[in-house]
Amino acid sequence: MSAPELENAPADSDEEVPAGFAASIGVAQRAGGLVVPVLTAVLAFLAGGIVVAVTGHNPWTAYKGIFDGAGFNWLFHIPWDTNTIHLSAFNLSQTLLITTTLILTGLAVAFPFRCGLFNIGGQGQYLVGLVVANWVGVSLAGWPTLPHVLLGIVAAAFAGAAWAGIAGFLKATTGAHEVITTIMLNWIAIWGAQYLFGQGGPLQNTQNPAAPESGTITGSAHIPVFWGSSVLQGLDYGFFIALAALVVFHFVLNRTTLGYEVRAVGFNADAAAYSGINVRNKYIQAMAIAGAFAGLAGALDMLGYLFQFGVLDVQASQIGFLGIAVALLGRNTAPGVGIAAFLFAGLLYGTTRGLNPNVFDPGLAGNLTSMIQGLIVLFVGADIFILYLWNARRKLRVQKRAEAEAAA
Amino acid sequence: MSNHAQMWTGGRSALRPRTVAIAGSILGLLAFWCAIPPFTVRSPFVPIFIGVLAIAAGLWAVTRGTRRAGWGAIASGVIGIGLGLLATRSSSANLQVVFASDLIAQVFVFATPLTFGALGGMVSERSGVVNVGLEGMMLMGAFWGVFGADKGGNWTVGILAALLAGGFFALLHAVWSIHLRANQIVSGMAINFLALGVTGYAFEQVYGNENIPAGVSTVPNVAIPGIDHMKYLGPAIGDLNLLIWVGIAFVPLSYVILFKTPIGLRVRACGEHPRAADTVGINVYAVRYAAVITSGMLAALGGAFLSIGYGGGSFTENMTEGRGFIALAAMIFGNWRPFGAWGAALLFGFSTALAFRLPVYSGSAATLFQALPYVLTLIAVAGVIGRSTPPAADGQPYVKQ
Repeated sequence: MSAPELENAPADSDEEVPAGFAASIGVAQRAGGLVVPVLTAVLAFLAGGIVVAVTGHNPWTAYKGIFDGAGFNWLFHIPWDTNTIHLSAFNLSQTLLITTTLILTGLAVAFPFRCGLFNIGGQGQYLVGLVVANWVGVSLAGWPTLPHVLLGIVAAAFAGAAWAGIAGFLKATTGAHEVITTIMLNWIAIWGAQYLFGQGGPLQNTQNPAAPESGTITGSAHIPVFWGSSVLQGLDYGFFIALAALVVFHFVLNRTTLGYEVRAVGFNADAAAYSGINVRNKYIQAMAIAGAFAGLAGALDMLGYLFQFGVLDVQASQIGFLGIAVALLGRNTAPGVGIAAFLFAGLLYGTTRGLNPNVFDPGLAGNLTSMIQGLIVLFVGADIFILYLWNARRKLRVQKRAEAEAAA
Repeated sequence: MSNHAQMWTGGRSALRPRTVAIAGSILGLLAFWCAIPPFTVRSPFVPIFIGVLAIAAGLWAVTRGTRRAGWGAIASGVIGIGLGLLATRSSSANLQVVFASDLIAQVFVFATPLTFGALGGMVSERSGVVNVGLEGMMLMGAFWGVFGADKGGNWTVGILAALLAGGFFALLHAVWSIHLRANQIVSGMAINFLALGVTGYAFEQVYGNENIPAGVSTVPNVAIPGIDHMKYLGPAIGDLNLLIWVGIAFVPLSYVILFKTPIGLRVRACGEHPRAADTVGINVYAVRYAAVITSGMLAALGGAFLSIGYGGGSFTENMTEGRGFIALAAMIFGNWRPFGAWGAALLFGFSTALAFRLPVYSGSAATLFQALPYVLTLIAVAGVIGRSTPPAADGQPYVKQ
């Protein structure tokens, strides 16, 4: 996964090459769209490193610790060092588990973004998928594995789609801003999940009524593991479903009528409406598809390795919000989201459970992740400025030409 | 969906539909209020009777064109009857626990961070900059507030530090959304993530091993002489935190500044039509910078209330727990107006305070109750009960020609 794949990413716009500083950066972006995201990530890690250094820690050992914690050292391991192999392989499998989730929550942000919608509701849609998958996994004991897992996945994806569809529907019918509605839906889902799994809730563990957590899904609903031990939270086949989702995302967006229309609405909703595209429908469809991705993420987590979820887990979960950073860093393209998800998953696992506490304090490291995440989103925001300027210049030129023609 | 008919009907007569509708809304509240302590009416007919009056008043107003307030009165009447009936059927002892008079004090406690945040969000959005970074600015205020109070030895230093920290992050948001013309929602979310990381990291770094020492200087309570020992008023408002009163004072203050002074006119002009504002000589960029920074400082005060106000000198990672987002919801629910936002903050504060006491009835229902503010806001933005309309140029970067 490197430059050649990214070069196939769709260019954001196509017109003659203008001169100037912003334009030259813009050209660099279009030459693979690689320069700015890489620069963004490097800058954010550099800033994080400075913070680590200023507070009296060694940034080199901290980042090395995170790198090893994420299991990235497995890629460079020495074949006869069996000790490192075991630990780093395990860490890498855990990083890939999180990559699975982040790919899907990232796509949940990226797809509506291409339609001109900002989906902040990935967290809520993820939780809805998680809850539904848990419900299916717990309640249909005795089913064979394949239909049980499939039903759980499909039901969760539909539930996520319906949840996000509320925001799309409100946008289409009343014009309610999707950012506001998805934020509200997030919190409704967060409190709803706490109610369902909490003491006295309908989905609470029946074996232990004192514990505020969900029931444990039956063995038939477990997605089989292909790397590592199924007892030790190995990597399950859900990883391939996430990779397939990347392909589906790329195909739908670039090779189907729906994708064409979605992108048309994203570029200019008025022009799309004028050319006969049903913009309202696209809003609903784009949000529903996004919700399906996020719901799928919830299902793969629940059926893949979580198996149960507690009220405290609901409160602590941030994975859906991380999808925003993944999508923005990945420039809302399939290959970009894949790479960004892998990076953030490594960062997330490498700063928490994977990190050796003797190397760097996990309490600090976990917050370093939030900081780097914030910086990346911030810098990507400044990158949008460059594109904006570029388009504004173009609009301005078109405007001036039109004015000149009107005057003539 | 404002209806111009209300201008024509009634005129100056005492029975203006709007007045009747507001009276109806108050009656709806009364239908519930009569059934809880200190009155505790046990007969179910009293709340029904008062509630029906409220609904009738609402219907009368709706037929005369005052739809928004009228439907509000009808909703208030229906909810009043429902809650009133529930109250008459529940045991008197439980009611005493839930509706003790310090409930009012607790409503203020929960509403105050929301009030500061909502007013802050309003100032920023009225000038045309969307601020979804309220949560992060609040969190900055919470940590640096307690840090300043601890290291500076005095809560005033803490407040100052909170203002600086919130203002600094707001400045960041302002530069990004005004100067760099970045997507304001992206930049706001970045502020949230960044604040979570920065405060968490700083907390671990400074206090990680031994937590915040006890006896940090905190914002004092204001005991009102004469009222603090009265029977019902005493526990309710006799001994509230200074920041609660400051928050309440900021509501009319921001109303006057925003709607009755030239400064406020300028801010609103930048949010509605920046080009027109620019044409008459208003510096749109300067106004927006000032508004966003003020917004961050207000949100930070809300955060400081959590740590060194009511919180008594404490901090935990992610202390705000989404209060910035409820503040955003309160601002929208209050239709970008100071008293509306305050009313929404009180309503949300009330629902949170109630949720903390409802476990005497049912623990799980109390959890579900916490989602109420968000459901209400969702209904409000969907325009079921009167549409919420943001400032026209909200979220649009301005390009000088």
